[in-house]
Amino acid sequence: MILKQRLNQFDLASRFGDAFKVREKPAVETLSTGVGQVDALTGGLPRGAISELFGPASSGRTSLMLSMLAYATRHEEVCAVVDINDMFAPVVAAGAGIDFDRLLWIRCGGSLENAFKATDLLLHAGGFGLVILDMADVAGKDARRIIPSWWYRFRRTVENRPTSIVVMSEEACTRSCAALTLELTGTPEWSQASASNVVPLRKQAPVKRAAITQMVTQGNLLRFNSIKINRQRPLSPWLNENHFRAHLAS
Amino acid sequence: MFACIHAPTLPADLSLAEFAYGYSPIVEESAGRTVVIDIEGCELLFGSAYELATDVARRAKEPRANGGLETPVNVSLAANPDAAIHAATRLKGITFVCPGDELTCLGEFPIEALEFSLVNVEKKLADEIFETLRLWGILTFQDFASLPTTGVSERLGQEGLRLQQLASGKTERHLKVKQPAPVFAYSIELDHALYELEPLSFIFARLLNQLCATLNAYALATNELTVQMQLENQTSHDRTLSLPYPMRDHKVFLKLLVLEMEKQPPQSAVKTVSITCDPVKPRVIQNGLFVPLAPSPDKLELTLARLAKLVGEQNIGSPVLLDTHRPDAFSVKRFVLDTNSTFRKRRKTAAKPKTIDNHHPCLGFRMFRPPLRAVVQVDRGLPSQISAWDKLRSVYGKVVDVAGPWRTTGDWWRDDRWARDEWDVAVKLGKHGSEQQAVYRIYRELNTDTWFVEGAYD
Repeated sequence: MILKQRLNQFDLASRFGDAFKVREKPAVETLSTGVGQVDALTGGLPRGAISELFGPASSGRTSLMLSMLAYATRHEEVCAVVDINDMFAPVVAAGAGIDFDRLLWIRCGGSLENAFKATDLLLHAGGFGLVILDMADVAGKDARRIIPSWWYRFRRTVENRPTSIVVMSEEACTRSCAALTLELTGTPEWSQASASNVVPLRKQAPVKRAAITQMVTQGNLLRFNSIKINRQRPLSPWLNENHFRAHLAS
Repeated sequence: MFACIHAPTLPADLSLAEFAYGYSPIVEESAGRTVVIDIEGCELLFGSAYELATDVARRAKEPRANGGLETPVNVSLAANPDAAIHAATRLKGITFVCPGDELTCLGEFPIEALEFSLVNVEKKLADEIFETLRLWGILTFQDFASLPTTGVSERLGQEGLRLQQLASGKTERHLKVKQPAPVFAYSIELDHALYELEPLSFIFARLLNQLCATLNAYALATNELTVQMQLENQTSHDRTLSLPYPMRDHKVFLKLLVLEMEKQPPQSAVKTVSITCDPVKPRVIQNGLFVPLAPSPDKLELTLARLAKLVGEQNIGSPVLLDTHRPDAFSVKRFVLDTNSTFRKRRKTAAKPKTIDNHHPCLGFRMFRPPLRAVVQVDRGLPSQISAWDKLRSVYGKVVDVAGPWRTTGDWWRDDRWARDEWDVAVKLGKHGSEQQAVYRIYRELNTDTWFVEGAYD
């Protein structure tokens, strides 16, 4: 009898072994944002997933986007910017060090529908390292009206691919589809003084903080200061909360 | 065994090679009116070699309607093609040159009759050798062939030796088979004119399939595809697809062609479709192991074509800066991924130290296109209140901080000159009573004294 049970168990294991096998998820590959402090906090942009970058006007979203593009194009990734309201400034982008030979710029003339279709085409083409959907000037009410199936579709399309999608908006709109959400909550701090006399970072307490940029306009200094991070899933086994704490403590 | 057909007189519109293809597929066209065919294995079709030669001579005299040449031809049969050529060009009718006994037939030919080009000897050198032989009293093939080989080699060199072998009818070579010229153009005339794109795509598919099969057979690809369509209103609709990389995938061609036709459909029903291409060598790429993946060329082309259809061709591409100080001056070029240059660039940068990652981030700027016309209140020469709006965006609020102005002018010698004072202003947005600020670049046109918001720092 016992022998029969054992044989049955063996038979089941041989028949359904693969189905019941615990598969370990491979560590998620990341792409650097080009800003060391942001990379230290987030580990970089996850590949094969959506990253959301949102915040109010003049909170540093575009600076971070240019930094991402500059880093990616310098490292031979093919990048695409889906620009809904035609706001990408090539002169500024060239100053940021973006290699235009590896950048595809798509201007959608204010059409959200075209922008989403274009993004879908790019993701299905494959081979792009970074695709940026620039919705930063889309009003919050319009962004919230975007049907969730688009985000699920994007998430499903890039899964297991080396593409990283960054959605840049004024308000969070990707819901649970984003693997990484960066909220830029700070306001520009403005000084006519030189760089050495910059006022310190804001004291409000977001979840995680970092000084991401410190840049000079035409003689003035702007600093975009606070980032709030929300992660839907761990990026890699070695990068956890303890890592963050250790980094912040140091 | 080889047969040589020589037509002393041949009508200009008839081809001896086409006539020879009726007997064997292995045909060498040695001159305009001489062809050599390999008749090995033709016994089952035409009987013995002599019967074949008789049939050739008889059929050549027949009118062109019956597949003839309307002229008598000389036919010779020999064990090697060169002996057959010499016999056919010098002897009328049918000649059979016995293998191993070529000189019996060719021995009396004058030495000047040697076809020196058959053994790759230049005319000038051949004339010198013939002159030397004439001085020696060597006048016929027989005389030349009977000379000692070592002596000929010492006095006339390797060329003389090759000519001697030719005279004795003992050369050995393969036929230089005449290949029919490849055709990279296919057309179809329709019984009924087509009004819709969908049935037309089936016609495209058929023609492209044939075209790509031909390209594949010759190991070629194409980077330019031309489609010509004769329309029912007696006009033609021509489209040309220029590809950045040579390709030969008929599925990709079909999709690109259909997308092109959807963008610019023909004005009337289509009666005739013809597709031609410019054959080029296919692209060969050796990618590096550590180079990131890039979109495959065919998928990228398809995606770009679909995007062009979606947002317009002028709205996709790579930005290019123009050589001017004019604000926001740029153009857009076609996006072409040049992997070779990238690879070279990578190799160059690999040698340099990696300081590039420490690149200081640049301040982002979001450009308003067109600039937002604004009403700006000026207090003691400084902007204090700003109000601007259009359908998409609005900028309204009190200016809490200001820097500037910076005066820029340019192109004063042209009609579209610019002259303006730029300001960076921090505007308190005042949404829901918050302290949110945004920084904008505004400028005043000096010519018209009008204020605009150029964009926002972000």
